[in-house]
Amino acid sequence: MSRETTLLVAVWAALMLLLAATVAATFAPLGALKPVLNLGIAFAKASLVFWVFMHLREQPWLARLAAVAAVAWLLMLIALTQADLMTRSLF
Amino acid sequence: MAEHVTLTEPYVEPRQQRQADFMGMYVFLGTETMLFGGIFALVFAYRTLHPDAVAEAARHMRLWIATANTALLLTSSLFVALAVHAARRGGRRAVAGWLGLAIAFGAAFLALKGVEYWKDYTEGLMPLIGPHASVRDGPAALFIDLYFVATGLHAIHMTVGLTLLGTIATLVGGRRKGVPSQAVVVEMGGLYWHFVDVVWVFIYPLFYLARG
Repeated sequence: MSRETTLLVAVWAALMLLLAATVAATFAPLGALKPVLNLGIAFAKASLVFWVFMHLREQPWLARLAAVAAVAWLLMLIALTQADLMTRSLF
Repeated sequence: MAEHVTLTEPYVEPRQQRQADFMGMYVFLGTETMLFGGIFALVFAYRTLHPDAVAEAARHMRLWIATANTALLLTSSLFVALAVHAARRGGRRAVAGWLGLAIAFGAAFLALKGVEYWKDYTEGLMPLIGPHASVRDGPAALFIDLYFVATGLHAIHMTVGLTLLGTIATLVGGRRKGVPSQAVVVEMGGLYWHFVDVVWVFIYPLFYLARG
């Protein structure tokens, strides 16, 4: 196997391990930590796919920024919506 | 490999054209992120407003089918990545072969999804049609309907992706697109496929693993 092929297979193996970890976390008694862990694992998987499979590691910084810009806006959308919903009963 | 690229207007050098190809695709996928992102924002809102109903609804979802489907998609992504690698090295047959495998795994995903929808139907989870499960009486119905919207929209994207990969495999396999000179066709199709995979990577914890 070439170095490139080895890297691709290693990324796949890491993705499968993360999948196993997220299933394990779902059945573990982790309470409020569970969704945090499961989402964290999803972000780890997505980062691996974006960085290697989707070639971000070969791109200049401008293209990397363009690829993740929507995610940044999305996080703001979700954070501000949650800020509203979670504080409604306070005021 | 950039030296072998077929240069088209208005680009003056291969590197510039190549960067524009990738930039355009990343920006397009950004619009897709926002499309699915609206649904994801709603998931978080429902969880905050109705935590118990959401956990109850999530327990009706088929975790093991979804887990198998996640594994199928992640593996199909590896095959697509190997196809891109082969395209860059000019391996015409390898491109068609790896894409064929990816298509088989993607089709298996859709088949399992069909089984899952059938089980949802018979259990009475679907809105408007079929029997009516008691879990749909409360706010859990909001979350269940959103699950159908998210997975349905994702299944449409899977169908588009499969058509795209099939077309690319045919074009490259039949020498109508040369590799490595037009490897960009495989690269762009690959970006779309990987993106649809990433969308599922988030659908999986947000719906199936939200059992509280």
